Amino acid sequence: MKNSRPQAANYFPRDRAWHPQAYAPGYKSSVLRAPQRPLIAFANTLSETTGPAFGHDMIGQLDNDLTLNFAQPGMSAIGERIVVQGRVMDERGQPVPNVLLEFWQANAGGRYRHKKDIYLAPLDPNFGGCGRTVTGDDGAYAFRTVRPGPYPWPNGPNDWRPAHIHISVFGQAFAQRLITQMYFEGDPLIPRCPIVKTINDPAAIDKLVARLDMESSAPMDSLTYRFDIILRGSRSTLFENRLEGN
Amino acid sequence: MTNVTPTPLYPFKESPSQTAGPYVHIGLTPNFCGIEGVYDQDLGIAMVTDKTRGERITVEGRVFDGSGTPLKDVLVEIWQADADGLYNSPAEPRGTADPAFTGWGRCAADQTTGHFRFETIKPGRVPFSDGRLQAPHISIWIVARGINLGLNTRIYFEDEAEANATDPVFERFEHQDRVTTLLAKGGNGTYSHDIHLQGPQETVFFDI
Repeated sequence: MKNSRPQAANYFPRDRAWHPQAYAPGYKSSVLRAPQRPLIAFANTLSETTGPAFGHDMIGQLDNDLTLNFAQPGMSAIGERIVVQGRVMDERGQPVPNVLLEFWQANAGGRYRHKKDIYLAPLDPNFGGCGRTVTGDDGAYAFRTVRPGPYPWPNGPNDWRPAHIHISVFGQAFAQRLITQMYFEGDPLIPRCPIVKTINDPAAIDKLVARLDMESSAPMDSLTYRFDIILRGSRSTLFENRLEGN
Repeated sequence: MTNVTPTPLYPFKESPSQTAGPYVHIGLTPNFCGIEGVYDQDLGIAMVTDKTRGERITVEGRVFDGSGTPLKDVLVEIWQADADGLYNSPAEPRGTADPAFTGWGRCAADQTTGHFRFETIKPGRVPFSDGRLQAPHISIWIVARGINLGLNTRIYFEDEAEANATDPVFERFEHQDRVTTLLAKGGNGTYSHDIHLQGPQETVFFDI
């Protein structure tokens, strides 16, 4: 038997009952943007199991500090100072090192720095709303920001988004690419939100709720929220892969 | 009957997706939406340099909703092999790709017309899981307000008829007339490729 050649791992199939539904009429924007034909599945190829890599050298000193990275010298963003930290792991619990995370959010008043956002709350001249970092060897990441405000949005007659931070994640493979949103423990708007409710399983929603981590919070400085991010795991067996790949 | 409580074999499940929303530009293309000075430039806006090997091509198109309206708030990422069919990725086991080609591009659609546009190269061929060669293709990932989980599709090329005729992914299609929804039209280095989220021309999306 020919010894097995290096072969990229296959990723665990996405559990599409766990993810939000594409067509979720409570979230009106999804109605005309949800594909209606069945998705076509095929075994992963290298087109799916490879993905772009971003080095630590790309990251600027303030990229992971949203309180400072848009602020005038000596100034910082207004709002409740927080640190968000956690680990990026795969479904097997293995850390996912050296992957790019990008964040964006509204300011403390619930207003985005975007020409399409016309909410009454004012812009903060010292807050841009974007940040990024690359995970360490143990998959850990952290960034400092202000807690975003909730805000109303045109969907139902009186729909409000819970406070949330958008997070974009690259894994090691294009098949792991993911964008999600992080919510805050105890926010009464979470169960009322039509976007949250595109997810059917309460256990899945719970995975998007960051916990207050009092032990990690810095006294007289900022509260810490803990948010772990899980990417798809991969199947690799001794029959399919090099020994060193396992 | 014994009541079995299933024990998960793996400790975690993938974090559920949520829509990128209407303000995705703030996070992924801040310079594009006027947030300047945080990053030197937006990621993924330049895929090729003078040193990149391969045939230069331009791919542009729009993403349409079920009413035929182009999405003006969509963000598209592409991922492709170099001219020799190698990916510039640590997960590429077959060799080292062209260092002058990242293979990855990101483009926020024009906020007036909805057009996305990539200046890249024609990708080489990449093997399927069984070793047969796939036709040249570019993987695409689409996010926007109203899209709850990023959509995966591919761009193939109309002028690669011979390779397309034996492509192993196309063989999976029960409805062969849908192959045309993945073919970028054009030639001589300029291609156009529209994506339809719904309707009679609905693009094929993949569960990868």
